[in-house]
Amino acid sequence: MTSATAMPIPHEGPTMKNSQNSAGVLTAVDIRKSFGPVEVLKGLSINAKAGDVISMIGASGSGKSTFLRCLNLLERPNAGRIEIAGEELLLKADKKGELQAVDQAQLRRLRARVAMVFQQFNLWGHMTALQNVIEAPMIVLGLSRKDAVARAEHYLERVGVAHRKEAYPAFLSGGEQQRVAIARALAMEPDVMLFDEPTSALDPELVGEVLRVMRSLAEEGRTMIVVTHEMGFARDVSNHVVFLHQGLIEEEGAPSRVLSAPSSPRLKAFLSNTSRLN
Amino acid sequence: MLLHGYLPAILGGLQSTVSVAGTSLVIACVFGMIGAAAKLSSARTPRVVAETYTTIIRGVPDLVLMLLIFYGGQIAINEVADYYGWGYIDIDPFIAGTMTMGFIYGAFLTETFRGAIMAIPRGQIEAGQAFGLTRCEVLRRITLPQMVRHALPGFTNSWLVMLKASALVSIIGLDDMVHRANLASAATRKPFTFYATIALIYLALTTISILALRWVESRYSHGVRKVEFR
Repeated sequence: MTSATAMPIPHEGPTMKNSQNSAGVLTAVDIRKSFGPVEVLKGLSINAKAGDVISMIGASGSGKSTFLRCLNLLERPNAGRIEIAGEELLLKADKKGELQAVDQAQLRRLRARVAMVFQQFNLWGHMTALQNVIEAPMIVLGLSRKDAVARAEHYLERVGVAHRKEAYPAFLSGGEQQRVAIARALAMEPDVMLFDEPTSALDPELVGEVLRVMRSLAEEGRTMIVVTHEMGFARDVSNHVVFLHQGLIEEEGAPSRVLSAPSSPRLKAFLSNTSRLN
Repeated sequence: MLLHGYLPAILGGLQSTVSVAGTSLVIACVFGMIGAAAKLSSARTPRVVAETYTTIIRGVPDLVLMLLIFYGGQIAINEVADYYGWGYIDIDPFIAGTMTMGFIYGAFLTETFRGAIMAIPRGQIEAGQAFGLTRCEVLRRITLPQMVRHALPGFTNSWLVMLKASALVSIIGLDDMVHRANLASAATRKPFTFYATIALIYLALTTISILALRWVESRYSHGVRKVEFR
């Protein structure tokens, strides 16, 4: 491979925040989704601008994970529009009335700009940490192995697991696995990162290390949409909180207002339940 | 003289046995992958077809199927050929035998492969899709390499059974090791000598297979934590 295919040296720091104007990085409008006769998403919209950190909270079954998975079409919505980095994802309905991508090449290109971190990590079990991180940059972005490895080592270092790069996922702790998964997402140098309950499957003593990494990513100015049960993270790190209830946005706004002075009785009840647990 | 001079003849038959079994295995893998994909399909028709295939094949003795397909197939093909006026078509017993064996053992491998695919956590496939890998790339880079490990125990079984069942092709006229042993024991009136000899050769083949497949399994088990029962 020649240097013509090489991407710029991985960068970090606050320049990212200003490299894009405040146009929407990811916009979804009126997303609806039914599982059989049950409508789980009843028209949800979200608009993430560059540098936004949006926390989505709500009881289990409120549809927040399903909504997040609709954004990169892991789940097929029944209606709605999705725009990523100013480009609308072309959708058409299939026989069952679910929307699927018209153009697979476009779906691939847009998915490469939206990296996801899963609750169960979902690292590929037959690959080492390093191999997990270089896989998509090589296959999807077309980086040479040398560039992909340089990039992967940078991001594994960034999340503090570089010393474990030769280990297979089964030999890593949950916290290490999730940090490798975050490095895998970072290595795509995405426009927006989706986190689907990234700490819910972790032992309590491992939650902190993952939250610290996520907080530092937010401070770098990365655009993040986070489904979470961590109210502390939602309050301290995000600049926008969305509360979902039964497939609808019940209340949203700045965390200081939404979490400290909720107006909806359901959000009040939800917050008092979670604080009682904590 | 070793084996009364029949050793070269037996070894010639061994070559035929190995090529029949090997070719059948390749064909069975193709049927098995198609069958597994059909069984895991979201569409109804392929699922029903694959289910019918595995139910019938696994429920009827190999020998009966082989005779049915070989002789029945021969007649069916010639009825068609007759209709179009192509004249008599003689099916090559090697092709007929390996196709039949492949078709039969494809049904067993369908189940093996299906189980192996299902053993891969769904999330790993989703992660591949989420990062922009195409279906084909997910299959090649994520599903297949991990499937090998899960499929190998069942695959080893099927291969051993198939290797031994290849003895059945001698009855449809293939000149394999069993056929040669038959001839030799008839000519010398020493059946024990020849059948014991080929029994040992089968045992050697299966032992080598087991060792080779065990090595393959260890190669594809990187990243797997071994659990020990005490």
